[in-house]
Amino acid sequence: MEIDRKMVEYVAELSKLRLSEPEKDLMQQDLTKVLQYMDILNSLPTEGVEPLTHVSGVENVFRADVARPSYDREKILQNAIATEAGCFKVPQTVE
Amino acid sequence: MQYETAAQLRQAYADGQTTAAAQTEAYLAQIAKYDKVYHCYNVINEQAAEQAAEFDKNGDKSGALAGVPVAIKDNLATEQMTTTCSSKILEGFVAPYDATVVQKLRAAGAIILGKTNMDEFAMGSTTETSYTGATKNPWDTAHVPGGSSGGSAAAVAADEAPMSLGSDTGGSIRQPCAYCGLTGIKPTYGAVSRYGLLAYGSSLDQIGPIAHDVRDCATLLQVIAGYDEKDSTSIKDVNFDFTAALQDSDLRGKKIGLPLNYLGEGLDAEIKAAILAACRQFAALGAEICEFEMPMIEYAVPAYYIIACAEASSNLSRYDGIKYGYHPESFRDLEDLYLTARSEGFGLEVKRRIMLGTFALSSGYYDAYYQKALKVRALIKQEFDKAFAQYDAILSPVAPTTAPALNSSLSDPLAMYLSDIYTVSVNLVGIPAVALPCGMAANGLPIGMQLLGRNFAEENLVKLANAYQTSTDWHNKRPQLKEAE
Repeated sequence: MEIDRKMVEYVAELSKLRLSEPEKDLMQQDLTKVLQYMDILNSLPTEGVEPLTHVSGVENVFRADVARPSYDREKILQNAIATEAGCFKVPQTVE
Repeated sequence: MQYETAAQLRQAYADGQTTAAAQTEAYLAQIAKYDKVYHCYNVINEQAAEQAAEFDKNGDKSGALAGVPVAIKDNLATEQMTTTCSSKILEGFVAPYDATVVQKLRAAGAIILGKTNMDEFAMGSTTETSYTGATKNPWDTAHVPGGSSGGSAAAVAADEAPMSLGSDTGGSIRQPCAYCGLTGIKPTYGAVSRYGLLAYGSSLDQIGPIAHDVRDCATLLQVIAGYDEKDSTSIKDVNFDFTAALQDSDLRGKKIGLPLNYLGEGLDAEIKAAILAACRQFAALGAEICEFEMPMIEYAVPAYYIIACAEASSNLSRYDGIKYGYHPESFRDLEDLYLTARSEGFGLEVKRRIMLGTFALSSGYYDAYYQKALKVRALIKQEFDKAFAQYDAILSPVAPTTAPALNSSLSDPLAMYLSDIYTVSVNLVGIPAVALPCGMAANGLPIGMQLLGRNFAEENLVKLANAYQTSTDWHNKRPQLKEAE
């Protein structure tokens, strides 16, 4: 798999990353090299194999829906960029 | 230091020969003396001495780690110290709670010394991707300590802590142990709660112990293991008890599988020789060594990096510059805030893995990469299941070389990923593994091996490792430490 410049820019956009021109060069080169190596997986037949997403063997875990205290609001907000009235304050999201 | 292992320190404390305060202060003094050279810690627990003195006065002395100082990796949440994952994006972050393992350490009587350096978000094999600077290998400061738990390993090797906690997503406990001459355990997935472990690859991550010998690792693992309702992937009824395993070094009847293809091209000749010598030692202890082949190893690195990066790209989407961590000083709007915080906050290797993972999950490539990797993961598991139907454990190298020189790994990411070839399968499959020292190379750096077991066979692995350490002394070797000039 060859990664072109357009693909680097598209994946960066999906990743919410702003890359400098030299970073784009580097990513294009590194991702191409890594993905070309990863193409080795295509030599392994996997028809009929079930994908293994997790290994814990745990099924759905349920508990009673009972309200209980959470962490202190002050503590949750202590690292925020800005707060107001006990909430996270963010820039305007809707024009 | 006064005591060679945490077990000896714990015993001396029980016998009234030392205090938690005296031991904590001794380690803090050692840190003050040597950490300028090795940079094992990102932050020291300013209250450690005070907490130790308070423990001497009023603490419950019956715990397995009563009075024992412990270092913890900087990706474990702590209420009283910063938790940064060695990333600028979490600079100054103080968690609102302690990770479950931290609570368990305290309940067992441990004194937390501080938070150890690591590769940024545990992404790296050398601890060089850390925003706070590289950790140096105590055996040779021109070399890396390994990674990502490089600070946790170097702290124990440099006697800046008697034991520590690391995390292992693709070898991050085992490989630094091999590079630093230490013993470490990657527990079965689900054996230890991940609540409060800042996530990298959620289906792969496990927290585990690092120490000089397997006895100390077993004690620490017993303390941190167990079901936690805050981690729905933790397993009920995990009650490790290693007492019997640590008493019996008769290995008659044990079958250890040796995958011959793991010893082929790419493995240092000295490491191969050390592994074969370890086989002879296990045979002398009564075990039967059975040679076989595990060809799926060829596909382990690509499958692992696709899955780990895919999970990372999703996990790291939470770092948005709003809730915690690095906040840019100026930004135009919400989109610009996200972009600026993430682009200025993440280092290059983290960006690379987010990009790789995002690509593997993107429309049009999801089946060819992510789904394919999950199918290969299933095939790798089948190969291990088959092996464990015949053998009690598998013996393998940890890394193809001893610790690389500083500044030699990051320029070629693919080569760095390939050096994880022996460790990543364990995480893909979820099984436990113990890494322990088994030799010294001509360049003066330690050589490690690992024993892999079936799910929840930690007791068996501890027995094998302890029998080996009872009859050899690689784990007793210590580096000559250097003071800052």
